[in-house]
Amino acid sequence: MSGPSDRLPATRPDAAAAAEVPERVTGSAGFGPDCYAPAPEGTDLVRLEDVYGLFIGGEMVPARSEQLAPTVNPATGETLATFSLGGAEDVDRAVLAARAAYESHWRDAPGSVRARYLYRIARLLQERSREFAVLESLDGGKPVKESRDVDLPLAAAHFFHHAGWADKLDYAFTGASPGPLGVVGQVIPWNFPLLMAAWKLAPALAAGNTVVLKPAETTPLTALLLTEVLQDSDLPPGVVNIVTGDGATGAATVAHPGVDKVAFTGSTAVGKEIQRTLAGRGRRLTLELGGKAANIVFEDAALDQVTEGIVGGIYFNGGQVCCAGSRLLVQESVAEVVVSKLRRRMDTLLVGDPLDKNTDIGAINSAAQLRKISELVESGVQQGAELYQPSCALPERGWFFPPTLFCDVSPSHRIAREEIFGPVLSVLTFRTADEAVEKANNTPYGLSAGIWTEKGSRILWMAERMQAGVVWANTFNRFDPASPFGGYRESGFGREGGRQGLLGYLDLHGRQAAGGDR
Amino acid sequence: MSGGDGRLGVPKTYKMYVGGAFVRSESGRTYPARSAGGDLLAHAVAGSRKDVRDAVRAARGAQAAWAARTAYNRGQILYRVAEVMDSRRAELVGELARAAAGGQSAADPAAEVDAATDRWIWYAGWCDKYPQVLGGANPVAGPYFNFTVPEPMGVVGLAAPDEAPLLGIVSRLAPALVPGNAAVVLAGERCPLAAVTLGEILATSDVPAGVVNILTGRRAPLVRALAGVGDVDCVDLTGCDPPDADPPDADPPGVDPAGADPPGVDLVTEAERLAAATVTRVVRAAAGERRWLAPSAQSPHAISAFCEYKTVWHPKGR
Amino acid sequence: MNTVATRAVPSAELAGHDEGVGLLPERLSGLPITPTDAVGLTERAGALAKRSIKTTAKGAALTLAVRCMDLTTLEGADTPGKVLSLCAKALRPEPADPDVPAVAAVCVYPELVPVAAAALAGTPVRVASVAGSFPAGLGPIGVRLDEIADAVQAGADEIDIVLNRSAFLAGRYRQAFDEVAASKAAAGHAHLKVILETGELGSYDAVRKASMLAMAAGADFIKTSTGKIGTSATLPVALCMAEAIRDYADAEGRAVGLKVAGGIRTAKQSWQYLVVMAETLGAPWLHPDLFRIGASSLLNDVLLQLDRLGNGGYPRPDKTVV
Repeated sequence: MSGPSDRLPATRPDAAAAAEVPERVTGSAGFGPDCYAPAPEGTDLVRLEDVYGLFIGGEMVPARSEQLAPTVNPATGETLATFSLGGAEDVDRAVLAARAAYESHWRDAPGSVRARYLYRIARLLQERSREFAVLESLDGGKPVKESRDVDLPLAAAHFFHHAGWADKLDYAFTGASPGPLGVVGQVIPWNFPLLMAAWKLAPALAAGNTVVLKPAETTPLTALLLTEVLQDSDLPPGVVNIVTGDGATGAATVAHPGVDKVAFTGSTAVGKEIQRTLAGRGRRLTLELGGKAANIVFEDAALDQVTEGIVGGIYFNGGQVCCAGSRLLVQESVAEVVVSKLRRRMDTLLVGDPLDKNTDIGAINSAAQLRKISELVESGVQQGAELYQPSCALPERGWFFPPTLFCDVSPSHRIAREEIFGPVLSVLTFRTADEAVEKANNTPYGLSAGIWTEKGSRILWMAERMQAGVVWANTFNRFDPASPFGGYRESGFGREGGRQGLLGYLDLHGRQAAGGDR
Repeated sequence: MSGGDGRLGVPKTYKMYVGGAFVRSESGRTYPARSAGGDLLAHAVAGSRKDVRDAVRAARGAQAAWAARTAYNRGQILYRVAEVMDSRRAELVGELARAAAGGQSAADPAAEVDAATDRWIWYAGWCDKYPQVLGGANPVAGPYFNFTVPEPMGVVGLAAPDEAPLLGIVSRLAPALVPGNAAVVLAGERCPLAAVTLGEILATSDVPAGVVNILTGRRAPLVRALAGVGDVDCVDLTGCDPPDADPPDADPPGVDPAGADPPGVDLVTEAERLAAATVTRVVRAAAGERRWLAPSAQSPHAISAFCEYKTVWHPKGR
Repeated sequence: MNTVATRAVPSAELAGHDEGVGLLPERLSGLPITPTDAVGLTERAGALAKRSIKTTAKGAALTLAVRCMDLTTLEGADTPGKVLSLCAKALRPEPADPDVPAVAAVCVYPELVPVAAAALAGTPVRVASVAGSFPAGLGPIGVRLDEIADAVQAGADEIDIVLNRSAFLAGRYRQAFDEVAASKAAAGHAHLKVILETGELGSYDAVRKASMLAMAAGADFIKTSTGKIGTSATLPVALCMAEAIRDYADAEGRAVGLKVAGGIRTAKQSWQYLVVMAETLGAPWLHPDLFRIGASSLLNDVLLQLDRLGNGGYPRPDKTVV
């Protein structure tokens, strides 16, 4: 037999009969992650229009702004389609349509009826989920295994979950008689385009509001495809209006005087600007903003699952996740072994074609985002942190960035403080639980945190002290429509999901006198 | 200022209550607080920006330990506030009556004091119950135990309304204290007397020093200062809204969506813009909650407004 | 036969072991026995199971699966005739296609070792024998050690024994450890595979601990299952053991092999295990020296799939040699 044991000298005489650990083999064994054959998801299901208008009053209409922009495949740089940049007049039309739908029937539609539509939307999404998943990966660059296994199932689940709330709102908040707020303006980001639309639309509609939704500039296509689902569900015209566009379209949406509530997911800088814009206007506002989550590893943790949790925490969706575990806080006694496990795991990550079913890290969403990541990584090197990147070949076209690990990071480094929104992990160490708490909370953000320890009492002690809206203990990056998600501090306010998520779309005393099934 | 027996009275100096101590403003300024009829009630302390900063620092220093007390203990302390308040009922009624004297208001000072006392008792009882009502276990689709708990926001700034100088404060302060927040209260500008006496009550009710701080003075500069302190987690602007209205529905005049600051911006707009710099939460009493004597003025959802919701996940496995 | 001479520990010393219940043997101190989170482990295994293995990768995986296979028959009704036909199939799994390699080994009961040894003499296919009171492992230790030595004497190249779960689950770790060490000594030059029977261990933490114990006691391979109880190899168990092997290799510098066995019937399952090996332990473990799949019916499905890859369609099942 010619095995690895033939090639390497035995170093332990007492184990001479057994194979020594072979050196790291960089070449191929004929099988393995370095030589999985291409397994591309077919794109034949996806049919794109050349030019997209806006979805207002239940139909696709040309934008009065007459402004168009291309949306590109970040994995190739090729233009996929041309879509409309809605202007102030278009937003105005959409708000009017939403207002008309709200006042003419949606506000007074029985909850059981609203539920019917939401159930239908959920089912239609499930039926067309492969088509949506492929389109999501085409337009946004995320690996198709994520759009297929995470984005789409969760989007459908959000509609299904909230459908059930629509006729049970009277039981949700003790002593209250909740009613809708009116017209909701929603602005969503590019990292989970369809899922964020679902997170926004489902609770708003369940609560009896009508919506003007502004998808992100670089990822409008799944929201535009969603208009077909909305139409097929027979949702009444004007209940949901989708106005694609850029930052100006979003600004016009949130500032529109006819909007009763604004919900925004995106950067903290823009969130602050929106809060400022809405000052004094009596609008309801919820913000889901940035983060710089600490993933805290104690020495007694299940270190192999920790490794997976760290990898999933920072490399899921290429780290373009507001709750990404971008700061690894590891107890000094296990820092070396954790980093070693992490590096070895990073070496198996497959970076490349988002449509390949084996791809772990796809394309960075845009050239601008890639520049930002590169600039921050450069700053990490400049400031003296130790960089590690596996030697994976990146595709020649498109916007890609390798999984990146920084050791010897000090809390003052930019890479430890600023949200990078890319596949970049900063490793810091701590000695005691108190020190871990202090370092974890040493940020203006407060969206999420991870705690890894097998000691139950320490989990609860740590969880209580995390200034974060979501705490994952011995897991990370889990989402569920029944589980409220949202931040402390400068990560925003308000929750999405679960009973608490409904609060952002209801006036708890909005129906003091009304009765009936609503 | 003299008793019926001809004895010369001993008028109280109405100081602010900061960090457990009764203090004058570091600025040395006062302002005349007058009754509805225009009589001088007292030279109240005119708190300054620095006083706000000191009060916030005191609140921050006291908050964690307050939140760390058991819910049962916080409940007993808030009940103790009611006991002490009831023991000083006559004094409070007198202060409210003097403030209302000569005005049009049909408010009944005794009813306001009694309602305030009752409100402390009502909220005291919520301390060990609100998480059961507001939080819960979430049935997620996977092998995880997942629960959501309401937690205190931290330091809350409360701008109290003028129309119910005592009950207005208590109705906002009590639900803020229930989950373990510390508070900086800006007393109603027009009649701060009962608010100061409330401070004395809190000081003798086992409420730890710094958990509640009460400032008096001109509303606008104090609200601006409070909203501008980065270390305030939440501001309650109830006292900045007109008493009889829902929150403003129209865009304030001169507001340009592009964001330029026009001259003459109203206080609420200004405060909310300042709050935006650190994503500070802005809350206010809902319309129903602002009918202070009505049952609708108290609600577990008022506590909820002063809570953050934290959701914790953990796998279930052998 | 004088088997006593091969024993490292006299059997008298292996009886009893009432002292030290719950204490791990000293050889394990300093070895990382990391806790395992069941949910995280299962999710990782699930993600690996979803790797899409197509065309050339599938061909490589299927060929490798054949090369790593322990073609097994462990029935009370086994006869020399059945073992002989199994040996023929092991050498030439696909008579029509000489490119299909021989399997790694034929695995039988000790009684049939001479038959297999004669049939496979001079070929690359090894003879493996279960021994040591398989499958429960609760015979007298002297009898178990004799059985091992006898099987080696009769021509077995590899010995599959079971961990003493009775001792392990009762916390008599030293006894379980010493028995493996004695079995290793009794096996002499033959490779020792230690079956943990993970379906009886109750938790992944126990699987990890048992893996470390068996490796520290000298196992050349650790193996999931006997195939004789309801729960056999699963992907998470294989992943858990692979992680233990990785930790052991890091700590001790010795590469221990993994054998998955029981319930592996489809070609897809076989490449899922190969993915686990490839992405957990890497290329060196994708070799029959360090990875085995124990199976009886799996080979036929693998051959069907290989044939399909070559011809582009599914052949009739009766095309493969029984």
